[in-house]
Amino acid sequence: MHPARSVILFTTASGAGYGLLAWLGLLAALDLLPAWRWLGVAAFVLGLGLVVAGLLASTFHLGHPERAWRALSQWRSSWLSREGVAAVVTFLPVGVFAFSWVVVGQNSGAAALVGLLASLCSLATVICTAMIYASLRTIRAWASRWTLPGYIVLTALSGGVLLLALLRLWDLPLASGFGWAVLALLALAAAVKLLYWRDIAAERSGSTAESATGLGEHGRVRLLEAPHSESNYLMQEMGFRIARKHAARLRRLVLLLGFLAPFLLIALGQALPGIPALLAALASLPLVGFGLVVERWLFFAEAKHVVTLYYGESRA
Amino acid sequence: MTSLPRDPGPVKLGLVIDLDICVGCHACAVNCKEWNTSGHSAPLTDSDPYGAEPSGVWFNRVHTFEVVSEDGDSRTVHFPKSCLHCEAAPCVTVCPTGASYKREEDGIVLVNAEACIGCKLCSWACPYGAREYDADAGVMKKCTLCVDKIYNENLDPRSRVPACVSTCPAGARHFGDLGDSDSEVSLLVAARGGYELMPEQGCQPVNRYLPPRPKQPAGDGGAAALQPAAADAAPPGLLARWVDRMLSR
Amino acid sequence: MVSSPFETPKERVNTCPEVADEIKQTTCYMCACRCGINVYLKDGKVRYLEGNPDHPVNKGVLCAKGSAGIMQHYSPARLSKPLLRVGERGSGEFREIEWEEALELAVEWLGEVRRSDPRKLAFFTGRDQSQSLTGWWAMQFGTPNFAAHGGFCSVNMAAAGLYTIGGSFWEFGEPDWDHTRYFMLFGVAEDHDSNPIKAGLGRMKTRGQAKFVSVNPVKTGYSAIADEWIGLRPGTDGLFVLALVHELLKAEKIDWDFLGRYTNATWLVIDNPGGADDGLFARNAEGAALLWDGARQRPVPSGDITAKAAVVGRYNLPDGRVAVPAFELLARRYLDASYAPEAVAGRVGISAATIKRIAAELAEAAFEKEVVLDIPWTDWSGRRHEKMIGRPVSMHAMRGISAHSNGFHTCRAIHLLQVLLGSIDCPGGFGYKAPFPKLIPPSPLPAGKNPAPERPLPGMPLGFPLGPEDLLVDGAGRPTRIDKAYSWEFPLAAHGLMHMVIHNAWAGDPYPVDVLMMYMANMGWNSAMNVQGTLKYLTDKDPETGDYKIPKIIYSDAYYSEMVPYADLILPDTTYLERWDCISLLDRPISSAHGPGDAIRQPVVQPDRDVRPFQDVLIDLAGRLKLPTFVYLDGEPKYPGGYPDYIANHERMPGIGPLAGWRGPEGRQQGTGSPNPDQLQRYIENGCFWTHRLSPDQFYFKHANKSYLAYAKSMGWVPSEEPITLQLYSEILQKFRLAARGHGPVQPPDSERRRVETYFDPLPFWYAPFEEAAVDDGDFALHAVTQRPMQMYHSWGSQNAWLRQITARNRLYVHPETAARHGLKDDDWVWVISHHGRVKGQVRLMQGVNPSTVWTWNAIGKRRGAWGLDADAPESNKGFLLNHIISELLPQREGGHRYANSDPVTGQAAWYDLRVRLERCTPEEAGTTEPLLAPLKAPAPRGLNLDGKLRYGADLKDPAPPSEDRAGSTFAEWIGNRHEVAATVPGVADGKGNVKRPAGDGEGA
Ligand SMILES: Nc1nc2c(c(=O)[nH]1)N[C@H]1C(S)=C(S)[C@@H](COP(=O)(O)OP(=O)(O)OC[C@H]3O[C@@H](n4cnc5c(=O)[nH]c(N)nc54)[C@H](O)[C@@H]3O)O[C@H]1N2
Ligand SMILES: Nc1nc2c(c(=O)[nH]1)N[C@H]1C(S)=C(S)[C@@H](COP(=O)(O)OP(=O)(O)OC[C@H]3O[C@@H](n4cnc5c(=O)[nH]c(N)nc54)[C@H](O)[C@@H]3O)O[C@H]1N2
Ligand code: SF4
Ligand code: SF4
Ligand code: SF4
Ligand code: SF4
Ligand code: SF4
Ligand SMILES: [Mo]
Repeated sequence: MHPARSVILFTTASGAGYGLLAWLGLLAALDLLPAWRWLGVAAFVLGLGLVVAGLLASTFHLGHPERAWRALSQWRSSWLSREGVAAVVTFLPVGVFAFSWVVVGQNSGAAALVGLLASLCSLATVICTAMIYASLRTIRAWASRWTLPGYIVLTALSGGVLLLALLRLWDLPLASGFGWAVLALLALAAAVKLLYWRDIAAERSGSTAESATGLGEHGRVRLLEAPHSESNYLMQEMGFRIARKHAARLRRLVLLLGFLAPFLLIALGQALPGIPALLAALASLPLVGFGLVVERWLFFAEAKHVVTLYYGESRA
Repeated sequence: MTSLPRDPGPVKLGLVIDLDICVGCHACAVNCKEWNTSGHSAPLTDSDPYGAEPSGVWFNRVHTFEVVSEDGDSRTVHFPKSCLHCEAAPCVTVCPTGASYKREEDGIVLVNAEACIGCKLCSWACPYGAREYDADAGVMKKCTLCVDKIYNENLDPRSRVPACVSTCPAGARHFGDLGDSDSEVSLLVAARGGYELMPEQGCQPVNRYLPPRPKQPAGDGGAAALQPAAADAAPPGLLARWVDRMLSR
Repeated sequence: MVSSPFETPKERVNTCPEVADEIKQTTCYMCACRCGINVYLKDGKVRYLEGNPDHPVNKGVLCAKGSAGIMQHYSPARLSKPLLRVGERGSGEFREIEWEEALELAVEWLGEVRRSDPRKLAFFTGRDQSQSLTGWWAMQFGTPNFAAHGGFCSVNMAAAGLYTIGGSFWEFGEPDWDHTRYFMLFGVAEDHDSNPIKAGLGRMKTRGQAKFVSVNPVKTGYSAIADEWIGLRPGTDGLFVLALVHELLKAEKIDWDFLGRYTNATWLVIDNPGGADDGLFARNAEGAALLWDGARQRPVPSGDITAKAAVVGRYNLPDGRVAVPAFELLARRYLDASYAPEAVAGRVGISAATIKRIAAELAEAAFEKEVVLDIPWTDWSGRRHEKMIGRPVSMHAMRGISAHSNGFHTCRAIHLLQVLLGSIDCPGGFGYKAPFPKLIPPSPLPAGKNPAPERPLPGMPLGFPLGPEDLLVDGAGRPTRIDKAYSWEFPLAAHGLMHMVIHNAWAGDPYPVDVLMMYMANMGWNSAMNVQGTLKYLTDKDPETGDYKIPKIIYSDAYYSEMVPYADLILPDTTYLERWDCISLLDRPISSAHGPGDAIRQPVVQPDRDVRPFQDVLIDLAGRLKLPTFVYLDGEPKYPGGYPDYIANHERMPGIGPLAGWRGPEGRQQGTGSPNPDQLQRYIENGCFWTHRLSPDQFYFKHANKSYLAYAKSMGWVPSEEPITLQLYSEILQKFRLAARGHGPVQPPDSERRRVETYFDPLPFWYAPFEEAAVDDGDFALHAVTQRPMQMYHSWGSQNAWLRQITARNRLYVHPETAARHGLKDDDWVWVISHHGRVKGQVRLMQGVNPSTVWTWNAIGKRRGAWGLDADAPESNKGFLLNHIISELLPQREGGHRYANSDPVTGQAAWYDLRVRLERCTPEEAGTTEPLLAPLKAPAPRGLNLDGKLRYGADLKDPAPPSEDRAGSTFAEWIGNRHEVAATVPGVADGKGNVKRPAGDGEGA
């Protein structure tokens, strides 16, 4: 699949945003976060900022952004629609939660319940996003059972590293404990991605040029002439191909820069509290961010659509 | 309702394409474009029409495959493909706006250009490459099964048929109600072992393809070679044999 | 629209939009198949083109080209005004001029030539569907130097057929699709009968009664749906077919009755080695050929129906000469071991077993599956036959046969095979289309041996020589035509040699010309052999005078083709939807085997540019030049109304004009009759065509069918009701051979004797194509051929926004084994190298091709700047043109003379003789084609391309919402080939398409 910049930006940014919001709600509910105004301001600006930026980016690739509101109508059947609805709904609890934290200065008790609701909504939104992909049979790589876990873990991760940075910034005691959580998430993320990659590599019986044409019993089917000598929308959108070698290189990049490097940095931070830990947390941000963008790019680039069977591929 | 019709009607209009006689002439593809560029989804925009990367909206495209058997023997098969108007059309269920819908009355899958936001998700969901995004119009387009032709009382009755069907020089295309097992197309499909594409995708396409027939048996029953008429098959023998053959005028 | 975001918008579809203000009918001209079309007009624009369901040719279908007519009509390459060259030739520097200036200039140039030496006008037309006008015009002008494109197209088919069976393949005959049980297709990818062939194959295969064998080195298109593919080596069909003949003779699987009744197999051939009459037919005083009556033991005239004719033996004639029935000569030749399957298999590349099996299948189909129709008929001699008995083996052949230098004899071999099987114009066989069959060969003779100033020729420039004395040569045996047609080099060049005109005019061989006038032929590109050479000939100057070697070039094109920049005066034509035209029985009509037909084109839209139909222009010029028959005695032009005026009122012979329908004052006559003032109106009312359906007893055996022959005579197609005897043994060829042997008044120059003697064999034979024979097999081990893409018409298709999307570049198709030998894989770039030059293209591997053959699509490669395409279009940068490496001349022969790359009998251009080798491109060379000629200076493109987008139809859609009173009719099922499906699938009603009704006839009504 063609890795469209807007979609990659959207899913990674909003993912991180929802991740952060989810953590805030959860930890507040557990009464682990002080209702300090500026911490709140920073956290919510960051979280909502990322979410909004992501949602905006996602409209860029629409042919008719001005009609985007229509996308709410089909929540009964369409994951994309559900995502839209969830995204909109999420703003309510998040808004109330943010208000009571930042303005009222209250993030426990009733507010915490709202926070918990906010984090559940955030999670729901991310699940919808994941399901848009996971529900497409036409793209075996996305239909993988590891797609959904992947999205959830990476969301928790990206939100987690953001929160860790904040905790270190305000030098909260929770920081070190949460540090361990983030380390665990990094390990988990790496594991899930590895499982995902193993899963899509496995030659599960997908569709073939033979089943696509129904001509299998006569022999091996190969394309002699495409319907048009030049490219067309289908090929531009779905005919994207990436060399195995190149993909492998990028995967290594994800694992090393996106997961391993931050892991070492944060582990280091755990050992040396104070400024070094803060620097470590801050430094891990761009690394994880970069790692996730590449991971998301690969998620598209490595996904082969069955329509390519009509354009020269032999199995998908 | 962009979820599929809850109680779809009995009528399932679709195409039946005979791969045994399709010569790959592209008439169906071009006539389709010609009709539809001023039709329900007008226009079928072409970008860079006279330049380096011509690429336009087509509802029907003709592929050519080579099927090579173990022994290196090959078949060239021409393979026209348009929307198969699936019963379990994923292009419909994934659509967030309801722009992509399946008609209850005849099962035709259409796009409502007024409502489409151009998110392209339906084109990701369609296994058959039958969704055509018009970047210029910012909306998705696709085979309409000539919904503005097959019922059109402004046309001569003989013209009330999908453009690709009536124009096919080889007669390789058929149109009718595949929901009715007694319809003529259904009988034809049954008689010829018509099949659906990629059943494993679970879309339950309505269109059917008639497989290439087994080639007429070599010799079809006849001898592998002719027997000489005379023991001595060299000229002298035969000529001798013909000496007293007289032909009447 | 919807307000609530949670509500699903419901679309209200208008199922009954208004699609046309008006529907006009005319004839398609996206190719030469001449299908009838319904033109839907809306707001003065073309909304939709649809096949006319009532038209005899296409019966409602439309091919890809025809369906793309809209984009042709609005092509960006359309010319818009007469042009006069101001820069150097090829520079594309023109000045727009008014028509009056253009016509006066043309008259000045042409008038001068006509007053001094009319031969100095060479008038050649390409895809001309008005040859009866253009030829007539040339005749009245007085130049013998006229021909259309047939010489580089398929004159081999025409000549071989007309000299053998009085009809031919091409589009002049057709298989009896509805009765045939065995169909053999030789070397056809598409052909002129584009839609009828597809329809026929579809019906034949749907009925499932026949076996379809395609003989073709490439397995695409029609060959793809064949039951058996004979992927032989190009140029070897003659061997293959004659091996089949060998098998059939050996097994005596031949139709003796047919041979006896309808052919010259029993005619006596004089056996007098060295004599002037050797090999001629023994004739009586009246000139009637004789045969040996075995019963009466004496020679009798072949017309004697009581005779019992001998087929073999040596017989003494009363005058003491000895003669042998033609059949014996034939049998002796083809029974020879050299024609045995085993002997030819290697060369042909098909196993002996397969050849033998095909022969057996042919025999089985012909003799065990004979078709018997309960139609009584009467033969030429008045004998009544209760049934029509057919040998249901049909054949069709075209350029795969004709485009070789052995094509004439190969085509004759195929006809021989048909005749031996008795499958000519019989049920299930090959059928003649009116006005064929004609005399063998048809009259008239070629005219123009000694043209004189201001004199018309005594007859039409093109015709059919009966012997050496009919050649157009001077006393010394030198050619008198610029293209050397009807010379000793190409004696039976019945269509001329358009491919040699530019070369010869440049070389002044046999003489220079002053004005070269061409119409509708892209001689600067895809219809030229040796493109770069041709461009040199067009631009080369005489060092002394500084004038161009070809002084003046007038050209009529409708589009900015590669040829346009190389002409001096451009006469811009209309598109086919903007003019009158006439598809005449005098030229290339729309007849079928069931009866004659002709058609017209009418303007359905008005030109938005200052252009004129070339036929109007030609008639205007004729008036200004005061050409006989175009002006009255007082010099007043006869056809002030232009072409429509001419179509309706011109008479070729009293009562015979361009159109056969609705003649006579009341328009009640067919074929003959005085001109009818509202003939064209009657055509328009009838969908722009006329047909006459023969009565069933006239359907078959037309060559010997009394009732048909009487009808043909009444229509002026044959001079008498005499039967047409099929000429297996060609006495005419023998006459040329005798001349070469030193007999008779007109003899070839010594330099030509051997050539003429060799190739004027009265019986078909096979010889290696000339290029194959001339070049070293090791150097050029591969054959290179082209195929027509079904969706493209030569060079026209690329200016078509829709068609070019399908094929904007062409690949070189190579068999995997061959590719492996050359280290080639998909998408690699290769040099294709011939003895003449090299061209670069991109490779596509393909299993279904003869391993010794590579091929590509014809005329996709374009020159930058032409056709209104951007300079970076794939057509001109990725696509390639094989013509660059096809030479118009053969490699030097001993004595240095270089013959045209043509068939030695007919002069047919031998495109497919091309031999090549492949060389993988270096990485640096890959990516673009070569030769990459300098871009042509392109005029401002016309057309509908706005900001890089083409949105045709946006404004033609009916904006109205669904109307209550128009709910829409209920759908009707459509079954393709309904008639045939009904016969094979119980429950399907007979009829056609979505009209269920008993089919009127075998054609599915
Ligand atoms: N769509 C379309 N239709 C056209 C035209 C067009 O340009 N486009 N052109 C029109 C014109 S001008 C003409 S003349 C006709 C020609 O119509 P065709 O005769 O169909 O011409 P080609 O496409 O050259 O097909 C030649 C075929 O012969 C095969 N061949 C080559 N060499 C040999 C050989 O030695 N033996 C055998 N058995 N086969 C061989 C080639 O593979 C090819 O399939 O088509 C007419 N119709
Ligand atoms: N390599 C290779 N070369 C071939 C062949 C092949 O098989 N292989 N085939 C050969 C054969 S059989 C043929 S017939 C020739 C065909 O080649 P051409 O006779 O050159 O046919 P086209 O390429 O169609 O070009 C005809 C010209 O007519 C112009 N034209 C189109 N419509 C109109 C009109 O309405 N009015 C006027 N005045 N002009 C118009 C076009 O713009 C074009 O310039 O090609 C030959 N060349
Ligand atoms: S028009 Fe008919 S024959 Fe031609 S490609 Fe389409 S289906 Fe095949
Ligand atoms: S073919 Fe594709 S577009 Fe058509 S209904 Fe099925 S899924 Fe939808
Ligand atoms: S592109 Fe249009 S039709 Fe397709 S899913 Fe998106 S909104 Fe629906
Ligand atoms: S049914 Fe109509 S829209 Fe669909 S492919 Fe055929 S012509 Fe095109
Ligand atoms: S075959 Fe096609 S292009 Fe040729 S006349 Fe018929 S419809 Fe037109
Ligand atoms: Mo031709």
